[in-house]
Amino acid sequence: MTKHDHHEHGDHSHHPEAPSDIEARTLALESLLIEKGLLTSEDVDRIISAYEHDIGPMIGARVVAHAWVDLDYRARLLNDGPAAIRELGYDYPASTGLAVLESTKEVHHMVVCTLCSCYPWAVLGLPPTWYKSAPYRSRAVVEPRKVLEEFGVALPADVSVNVWDSSSDLRYMVLPERPEGTEGWTEEQLAAIVSRDCMIGVARPQVPAEANR
Amino acid sequence: MSKVDPRIANLDRGAALPRKNGELVFKAPWEGRAFGMVVVLNEKGAYAWDEFRARLVEEIAEGSPEYYESWLSAFESLLIDHGVVSVDELGRRASEYASLERDPVF
Repeated sequence: MTKHDHHEHGDHSHHPEAPSDIEARTLALESLLIEKGLLTSEDVDRIISAYEHDIGPMIGARVVAHAWVDLDYRARLLNDGPAAIRELGYDYPASTGLAVLESTKEVHHMVVCTLCSCYPWAVLGLPPTWYKSAPYRSRAVVEPRKVLEEFGVALPADVSVNVWDSSSDLRYMVLPERPEGTEGWTEEQLAAIVSRDCMIGVARPQVPAEANR
Repeated sequence: MSKVDPRIANLDRGAALPRKNGELVFKAPWEGRAFGMVVVLNEKGAYAWDEFRARLVEEIAEGSPEYYESWLSAFESLLIDHGVVSVDELGRRASEYASLERDPVF
């Protein structure tokens, strides 16, 4: 407890405040599920902290999925990223530019910020810790293929690798290639396989093994 | 470290999780507990994710404008229909908490 939320209790004993109806319903559920051995409070804590900071690469994933199914949209996205993102109803701050880079069978794009940690947070959320680390920032430029291998991306020698250095004025997001085996998928299904790392260019979208969803 | 399930993080069609700057927002601790319980039991295979999602969408369509109230109602009805908890025990337990017969800190 910090100084600011310290309560004056005076002589009163410390009675808990009665929970509201909805709080009581939530407490009832959690206590019953614990008694039945179906979950623990720690399970719930763990989920909350995992999701609370998942920090929406969701917007970027939806933009990518839409660009995969709508080729006109893809052209607009590559031409003017912020406008295309706003077109889908998301905010994109006017103060920073965003270039969208299309990875293909011939060219693989990957993004770094060598000076600091410029990152398109408006579409990808907060940057992962490794993105801000000194080794990634220097090695992505010096030995990008090796770094990609460490991320599990093995590129054939005939695929060229372009490394893009973000700045505070211009940030980058990768539009990965749509994987085979995703024909007929809905945009929601497609968005689910576009991870943050795919849009930084250190991973490629993977079709799950049980692909007949 | 728990892995974030993209089907949950990317809920949409009117059922999108409340967010600010991309991060999930819980306006009160009970909202986080309600969120966490649904995800834990889904991970443990108590129901298929789509079952919960369909109920959530329904609740949002006809229920309270408060997102997590719809969420909690969807969870309750799912557990009741699966026979995990009964309407009676849930009601009894909730009134014990509401009347402070039971200590809300556990």
